[in-house]
Formats: sequence, C-alpha cells, structure tokens
Amino acid sequence: MMEPTGFGLLSALLAVPLIGALVVLFVPEQFSKAIKGAAMIFSLLAFVVSVVVFQRFEPGTYHMQLVEFVPWIDQLGIHYRVGIDGVSLWLVLLTTFLNVIAVWFSFYIEKRVKTYFAMVLILLTAMLGVFLSLDLILFYAFFEASLIPMAVMIWIWGGSNRNYAAVKFFVYTFAASIFMLVGMIAMAGLHREATGVMSFDLLSLQAEVANGRLWVGEAMKLQPLLFWAFALAFMVKCPMFPFHTWLPDAHTEAPTAGSVILAGVLLKMGTFGFLRLALPLFPEAARQAVPVVMTLAVVGIIYGAVVAAVQPDVKKLVAYSSVAHMGFVMLGIFSLTHNGIVGGAYQQLNHGISTGALFLLVGLLYERIHTRLFADMGGLKAQMPIFAALFLIVMLSSVGLPGLNGFVGEFLALMGAFEAGVAGFNGLNLWYPAIAGVGVILAAVYLLWMFQKVFYGPVNPNLVRLKDLKPGEIAMVSLLILFAVWGGVYPNTFIKPMEKALGAVRLMTVNEPGQRPVWADSTLEIDHNGDLVRVTPRRPGSYGEYTVLSVVAPANLHVPVQPEARPAPGGATARRAP
Amino acid sequence: MIREQPIPTIDWLTLAPMTTVVVAGLVALFIEMFRPKQSNGPIVTVSVVGLALAGALTLAQFGMEPGPTFAGMMVRDQVGLVLQLLLIGVCLLTFLFSDPYLREKKIAFAEFYQLALWSTAGGMIMVSTTNMLMLFLGLEVLSIALYCMAGMDRKQAKSQESAIKYFLLGAFASAFLLMGIAYIYGPTGSLDLGGIAMIAAMPESGYLTMAVFGVGMLLVGLMFKAALVPFHQWAPDVYQGAPTNVTAFMAAASKVAAIGALARVLSASGALQEFWLPALFWVAIATMVVGNFAALVQKDVKRTLGYSSIANAGYVLVALLAHVKKPDQVPLTTALFFLVVYCLMTVGSFAVVSLAAKGGEEGTRFQDLHGLWKRAPFAVGCLIVFVASLIGIPPTAGFFAKLFIFQDALSTGLVPLAIVLAVTSAVSVYYYLGIIQATFVSDEGARKTVSANPSFGLNLVCLFCALAVLVVSLAAAPVSQWLRGSTQLPGEAQARSELQLDSGGRVGAR
Repeated sequence: MMEPTGFGLLSALLAVPLIGALVVLFVPEQFSKAIKGAAMIFSLLAFVVSVVVFQRFEPGTYHMQLVEFVPWIDQLGIHYRVGIDGVSLWLVLLTTFLNVIAVWFSFYIEKRVKTYFAMVLILLTAMLGVFLSLDLILFYAFFEASLIPMAVMIWIWGGSNRNYAAVKFFVYTFAASIFMLVGMIAMAGLHREATGVMSFDLLSLQAEVANGRLWVGEAMKLQPLLFWAFALAFMVKCPMFPFHTWLPDAHTEAPTAGSVILAGVLLKMGTFGFLRLALPLFPEAARQAVPVVMTLAVVGIIYGAVVAAVQPDVKKLVAYSSVAHMGFVMLGIFSLTHNGIVGGAYQQLNHGISTGALFLLVGLLYERIHTRLFADMGGLKAQMPIFAALFLIVMLSSVGLPGLNGFVGEFLALMGAFEAGVAGFNGLNLWYPAIAGVGVILAAVYLLWMFQKVFYGPVNPNLVRLKDLKPGEIAMVSLLILFAVWGGVYPNTFIKPMEKALGAVRLMTVNEPGQRPVWADSTLEIDHNGDLVRVTPRRPGSYGEYTVLSVVAPANLHVPVQPEARPAPGGATARRAP
Repeated sequence: MIREQPIPTIDWLTLAPMTTVVVAGLVALFIEMFRPKQSNGPIVTVSVVGLALAGALTLAQFGMEPGPTFAGMMVRDQVGLVLQLLLIGVCLLTFLFSDPYLREKKIAFAEFYQLALWSTAGGMIMVSTTNMLMLFLGLEVLSIALYCMAGMDRKQAKSQESAIKYFLLGAFASAFLLMGIAYIYGPTGSLDLGGIAMIAAMPESGYLTMAVFGVGMLLVGLMFKAALVPFHQWAPDVYQGAPTNVTAFMAAASKVAAIGALARVLSASGALQEFWLPALFWVAIATMVVGNFAALVQKDVKRTLGYSSIANAGYVLVALLAHVKKPDQVPLTTALFFLVVYCLMTVGSFAVVSLAAKGGEEGTRFQDLHGLWKRAPFAVGCLIVFVASLIGIPPTAGFFAKLFIFQDALSTGLVPLAIVLAVTSAVSVYYYLGIIQATFVSDEGARKTVSANPSFGLNLVCLFCALAVLVVSLAAAPVSQWLRGSTQLPGEAQARSELQLDSGGRVGAR
C-alpha cells in the first residue's frame, strides 16, 4: 500500500469553500452584506488556490499529479485519494472561475441570503471533488453530494414551476447513478478476484485493466453490463438524448447563478465521467458501445437544435442548445481519435464559457424586463447597445464562429469523427460526422433567430427606458468573453496541458492489454499527438504480483523531470531501463 | 428422586440494564401519584436518569466475556449489547421531544413515559436471549405497552383504530410465534433456539418437517413485528393513527427488537436455510418493492414514513440474508450499522413531523407541512439531512449503510437483491423529496397547524440525530469496527473466526 501522504494542496482546494460555507452559516442573517462579502472572499480564495494548483501542474506527463492519500475505511478499500491530471485541470479552473462569476452575479439575492451562499459554496466543493477524486466511492460521494445544493437552489430561489423541476432533476440523476454505485462495488469485487484485495482505488483498478488481469473469463461477460451502469449515470448528467428532459426544466426554473453553474460545470461531470471512468475502465465495452453512443450524440445534436429553434422562451432555447453542444462533446470523445477526444474535451470548456455567459446575459436581461418570452421582447438594441454587443459576441462563440473558442472545439470534434468515419473505426461511417455537421448550421440558425427576435424588430411598447449594463456587469461578461476570444485565437494555451492526458485516455481505450498506458506507471510514453512513442518492456513477472498495484500514484509523480530521468514510480518496482 | 441440577451461574450485570429501565418506570409511576398537576417534569427527569444509568450499565459490559447466564435464559454478546444500547437511545431521544408534543395535542398523560420504558425493557430482553420463551416474554412486554401507547390519543378515532388494529393483528402474530415454539419444543424438549440445529443435525429422526414448520412460524411472528411484506398491512395505519412521538418510538424500537430477534432465529436455523432462504429472498424483494411503491401514492407524511420503514426493513433483511448465507465472510455488522443509522434518521424525521400538531389536532398530511421551512428553518435543515440519509446520499450515514448492504449482497451472490435494492432506492427518491418539498411550499391559504416554536428538546433531538448521521458517516470505519466487536452470534462455529475479515479486508489467507 502506498504511504499516506496527509492532506495537501488539493485538499486545501476542497476545504476552502466548505470552510466558507461554515463561516457564512455563522453570520447572522441580517448582515447580508457581510455574508455576500465572505462568500466572495472564499470564492476568490478557492480560485487562487486552483491557480496555484495550475502553476504546480506539470503538463509534460499524463500521470496523476499532486496525489494525496489518507486512509479512511480500510476494511473495504475505500480511501481518501485525490489527484489531478490534464483531463481535470481545466475543469477545476473553469469551476472555480465560473463560481466567482456566479457569486458576483448573485449579489442581488435578498431572500435567505445565508442559505443561498452556503449552498453555492457547498456545491463548489462537491463539483471540485468530482474532478479530483481518485477513489470510486469518493467520486460517487461528490457526484451525489452535488445534487442537494443544486436542488435546494432551484427549490427556494427558482421560478414558478420550481417544485416540478427540482424533483425531476433530483430523481433523474439519482435514479441513474445508483446503478453506478452497484457497478462500483462490482468493480471492487473484481479487483479482489484479480489481486486478492478489495479496492476502490481508481489507479489500481485502471492498472489491472491495462495489465489485462481484471477482465478475464467470466468478468469479461460482465463488462458491457458494468459499462452501461456507469454510462447511464453519465449520459443522464451530460445530458444525452433521450435522457435530457430534466435539463430544460431545471435550467428554466433555476436562478441565474444556478443556471450558469449547471450549464458550466454540472453537465461536464457527465462527460468527465466518461473520460475518467467509463473509457479507461471498460475499454472493450466502450469500443463496442461506440455506434450506439455516437448515434445518440448525433440525434442529440440535431434534435437539440431543432427543438431549440422553436422555443418561445429564451432560457429554454439556451438550455436546448446545451443538449446540442454536449452532443458535440460526446461525438468527439467517442470518435476515439486523438483529434476527436481533444476536441470533445476542449468543447467542454468552451461550452462552459459560452453557455455560462449566455445564461448570465439572459439573467441580466430578465432582471430588467422580467420576462423570458420572445413575444415580449424586440428592438432592445437601440436601448441597450452595450448589452447587444456583448450578447452578439457570446452568441457567436456559441455558434462556433472562427476566431472564437466554439469553432476550435467543434472543428476538432468533427474532424475526429470524420477520421474515425473514414477509417471505419468501431463500426462508424461517414454519415455520423456528416449529419452532425448539419448541427453546426442549425446552431447558427436558431441562435441568430434568437438574436434577431430579442434585439431587432418593432420595439415592445412596454419596454422603454431600459438601463444598459452597469460597469460591474460589463466587467463580469467581459471576463468570460476574454477567455472565449483567447480560446479561439490561441487554443494551444488550453489544449497543450491536457493533450497528453487525453491521449493516454484514448490509448487506454483503444489499445490491447499490455499496450495500455497506466496512470500509476510510466512504462509507456506518449507524444503530443497521442501516439505511443515507445514501450519499455516490463520486468518479467511484474504483472502477476501485488507489488505492481502497490504503486498507487506515488507522490513524486509531479516532480518535473526529463522523460529519461523520470524516476520510476515506487523504488521497489522500478522497471524502466535506464 | 430429584435430578441433580447444577446451580446456574448468575451474572446479575447482564440483567442490570433491563432492571434499571423497569424500575425507572415503576418510580415514575409512583411519582405520578404525587406530582403537581399537569407537570411531567419530574417524570421525564426520572426516566431520563434511569435510561442514562441503564445505558452506562450496558456500556460497562462491552468487552466482557460473552456467554449465556441464568441457565441459558439470557445471553450477553456484542449484538445484544449494541441493540440494547440502541433501544435505550431511541427511548431517550423520544422522551426529549415528547412533552411539548403531548401538551400540544392535549394528551399529556404521564403514562406514556412508563409504558415506553417498559416497552424498551421488553425489547432489550428480546434482543439478548436465545431462549424462545424469553423471546416471547420480551415480545409481549414490548407489544402490550405499544398497544396502549398507540391508543393514547383517546379522543381521536384514528388513534383508537390504530390501537385495536395493532392489538388484534399483534395477538394473532404472537399466537404464530407460540405455535412455532411448541413445534420446536415438541421433538427436542428444549426451549433454546439451539434445538433447531439439534433437529437439523439428525434428519433421520423424522422431525425435520416439524422443525421447518416451527421455524416458519417463528419467522412469521417476528416478520409481523418487523413489518415485512406480506405481514406489513398494519404498519401504515398504526403509524398514522398513533401520536407522532409514539410512532417515532414504535418505528425505531419495535423494528430494532424484531430484527435483533430475527437475526438470532435465522442464525440458529442456518442449517435449515435451504428451506426458508428462497422464501425470505422473495419476502425481501416484495418488502422493498411494496414499501417503496406504496409510499409513492400516500398523502400523509406519517403513512409515507411508515411505508418507508417497511422498505427499510426490507433492506436490513437483505443484510441478514447475506450474513446467514455466508456467516464466515459477512459479519452481522452491516445489519447493526443499518439499524443504528435507521434509528437516528427515523426518530429525527418523526420528531420534525411532530411539529405539525397544534391545539389537539394532528396535521400530518403533506399540505399541513407547508410553510414549515419559514417557521422552523433549523428543524427543516435537519430534516433535509435525514431525508438525504434515508435516500442514501453521501456524505450521510445512510449512504454507507446502503453501501455495506450492496457490498454484502454482491459478495454472497444475492445479486438480484442488490439490483432490486438499487431500483427501489431510486424510486424512493420521489416520495422522500415530496416531504422536503412540502415544507418549502408557501403556506398561504393553508391550514396553519404547525406550532410556531419548536421546543428546545426537539431542536436538541434534531441536532443530535443530524450530527450523528454526519459523524457516523465520516467515522464509518471506526463505527463499524466497534460494532463488529464480535458480531458472531453464539451457536455459530467458533472456528470460523479465523476466516473473518482481517483489517485489510482480506478473507483468510490467500
């Protein structure tokens, strides 16, 4: 077993919002300014800590970094294990960043201020926990723990139909993920059959999968079942067609900050789940599932776009556009090509930025005109020129205009799907990307329609003398736009640090046992195109021993060293040729 | 000629906790005669002190040499001690919020306290004996007090109905239990549960059929008390009709006692499991399905929680079956852990629901909870924790309770039970959320039955239960370690202890 490391930087990142929530709960309700200030301070603090994490992050490797291990429930193999890699790095930053924006925006809240900000902060910990956990049960715990604060936010501060929306959101996501829990326990059982030790350790499980010791004999027949148990939970969370119906309701009823977080981060927990668990742990089943998942992704892209186009409600339109955009993410990931998987992962970030910004703008608009229906809008451009300009940029980034971030992600995802289709990987053909490509055009159609209906046309006589955005609000939106432009002009800033980790995830899925990279092991080297550079032969016999597993992501993995000189994880099992 | 009998070794300490509780009840009865009018303060004080003393006496016995005493009439072991402590705790928590509730409902008879104390004592006897007659005695002491308590709200027809229904069906179930005892006593001449194994060891004796029948009838009697389907019909009606504090006590205490006794009967008749394991398999499935689906359509919070307690009995039965199927691999810890958590969240949520009583009226329909969030935010905050735990959402203890059951079920090959448990848990989310939802709805136009200020005692109970639910979750490892102590029931082969899970979770040597 790996030596306990104690709590470190990542735990600090998880603890900061939680401490913030406690602090907020102890401030009396009447000091609402103090509550808001404290919430903002702790949100900023969390953001600062995540930036420190980013600075310590070593982009040249696909391994888990900053790993922490604290024993918890020994007899069941459940432990506190957290770590970060390229896949989760940007999601962590996106989460803390969007949280600052959400808290900033929420300063207008006057109803039950204390509870509101406590919920926002608890939600932040839960979301970060999902991205950082390296233990299946810990992952599940955070995955589920995010439900309650979000449901409560919809419940207390939501719109008119909030009861229905909150219950639907809760029931849908919980019902899907309880099967994941059963699947997780089954995985721990399989780990025991392979090694004699019960363990929920993700790194250890993945090492067993990569070595080809976990999926043998009878277990192999279980693999598709377990894959779908996990995939269902993530598909509902994404959400993919036909499990998307909770999303429009939840978005429409949630308060604006809730919508921003929901679209920006919560949905990513689904796609992240595929990258972190479903692909690396169930490679064969995932490859078999490619046609099904890709079909659903394509249907989701088209269906989301068509339904969005006919919505009378601007918030619902943005919600359905999320279904379509997340379809692109899944399309990229399940193309299982390097470009596709990078594009899918990048599109996650873009969606978080641009849809988050869209919800923010819709929220700002709602504050002024108290309606979300297109029928009550029109001709706002003359009254709110700054607002219109910002809205245009954000909308175009969501459309996927070259030069803005959405283009890069969608382009890469589609390119990956084309590559896979041309090569006929996993039963794919050219129809998948071809139909999905139509979705890009449809996105332009409905989003431009939306812009037209809101800002042009006859002025609604009820909407006169509207105030344009205040400087603070402009700053808030501009921050998001800054990243949208940055991501479109120089995407390498964002893509480079995650490329290796994504390449490793892809090879974990498409390669055969023995040729798969291992998070806890550096026998395989991957270059920046996601290809295997070289395989160092393992020491004979190192497969069958428990000692291989005992290397649970050594703490020194994050030490930046040249590939040649990188110390093999764990002295006892050094197997790299010098 | 008088047969020479060895003088039985008597360990008075084993009996001390129950005696203390009974005596506390008697003292409270005397106090009632001399107390100032309408003041239950002294009675509550005496009861609480008695319970605390009994709890201390129980705690003192942990770690002592386990074994039978009183010529095998009583037994001291880890399971019994844990469950006794749990029963005492349930009684104590119920008392803390009972007084204001009873006054609010204008049924401030002090008898509640004595009856609850004696009922607790009955439950404590039930969980710490392997003698069938003692088992019956404990069950009757527990039940008869409960019958009276259920009917305490004399002016309400619902409460009377509840008492009569409980009494009639309960008497019927007791008859089954007695008949079962007779069937086993007949061929063996022994009142000890060990007699079952004796018969099973000699199949050629021809008494096997009798033993199977006997065990079946014992199980029916106990399944009735634990409200397992198809012996559950009384539970929702009785829970609804009884005063809410009684419901809290009943839902927790009688379930703990019945499950404890059930565990002993099941372990003792492990040799006959080929006969009843398939039956109990279906009972568990039916209980989880019926409990959860019936709860979906209820309009009364107490009925909903009643069906939820049926469903929870199904969950714990899964844990028991897993233990009985492979006692060497799966200790009884899971069931104990679940019961502890179940008691905390059940008592806690009924305590919050008891807020919906005012001016002699009971308002427990969902719409009566409207606006509770505004008037008692702390209690509702705690209710959210209890409901999250009932659903099984981390980081509450209910999550680990269910996780351990999943674990046991999967590792003993009871996969269908694990799947049904998962599906029905998913279903349960809907009605559990309904309870929370009701408290969030604004109360404009609703009948305002909710009392304005939750009492200090009630807040204390909520705080304790909510904190415990969270702490037990974070400390799941030490807690289950402590519960494990020695969760093998006597009668199971001692040699198996070598095969028990070691601290690394490994089974035996590889």
